[in-house]
Amino acid sequence: MDELSLYVLDITMNSVRAGADTIHVTLTEDDETLCLNVRDNGCGMSREQLQRLRDPFFTTRKTRKVGLGIPFLSMLAEMTGGSVHVSSVPQSESEQHGTDVVATFGKTHIDCIPLGDMVSTFTTLIQGSPDIHFIFTHKTLRGTVALDTDELHSILGDLSLAEPEILQWIDGHLREQYEAIK
Amino acid sequence: MKSLEELLAIKAKMQDKVAVRTSSGDIRVVVGMATCGIAAGARPVLNAFVEAVSKEELGDRVTVTQTGCIGICQYEPVVEVYEKDKEKVTYVNMTAERVKDVVEKHIKGGKPVTEYTIGAAKL
Repeated sequence: MDELSLYVLDITMNSVRAGADTIHVTLTEDDETLCLNVRDNGCGMSREQLQRLRDPFFTTRKTRKVGLGIPFLSMLAEMTGGSVHVSSVPQSESEQHGTDVVATFGKTHIDCIPLGDMVSTFTTLIQGSPDIHFIFTHKTLRGTVALDTDELHSILGDLSLAEPEILQWIDGHLREQYEAIK
Repeated sequence: MKSLEELLAIKAKMQDKVAVRTSSGDIRVVVGMATCGIAAGARPVLNAFVEAVSKEELGDRVTVTQTGCIGICQYEPVVEVYEKDKEKVTYVNMTAERVKDVVEKHIKGGKPVTEYTIGAAKL
């Protein structure tokens, strides 16, 4: 994967598969660091799952025997002098269950890849799960890009956010916000 | 800024359209979006389908959805096309460029693009 935005998409897909109905995706940048936080209220992970998270030969899926999501993200973060921290509360333990992933990247490090097309990542997530409440925030030193899908739902009523025409509006809306902070 | 008025106009237009829809579409396009798919380039493939459906106004007949890993990671990006009363067609090693052909010949023309299917891929 040659864009950080693809890692963001991949890691947020884990929250989708964990059955979350609310997912916060927050990027915070300064001149040196990019911090990614994905926080969900999905089913969470047990202690054993959490311990084996960085093991590529551990996965809960049945279709294949490897799981590369977190190993990829960890490798990229560590290559740039950053790190990945995952905390999780499983459904069996608390009503306040969910998972919180924080990844930091050294932006100035030679091994850091470009952020790439975050708008495509956001619209892809909405397209795949139009009923999940996504709160996207990208803070930079030049300004903030933000989208809360609940606000769109309150305008659009019963219409699905996955309707191509609506997705294109969201795409344009986000791109204009990015243009403004370029 | 993309105005909210614009969104409201889309809403008004969509509501009429959605109201006359008889089904959720006869054709279902499913794109694999697990780590294997994403790493192989599934995001632009998915976007190309969404764009084509919007541009060609195929929304009444075609729905585009995502799925996880279906177990043939080496052939990602994988796209499955389900059509009522027809056998499922599985496209492999898809690109945004190939999507154009699939939309034109298969979705609109009714004839699967055999050369992109898993049957044509070297096993």
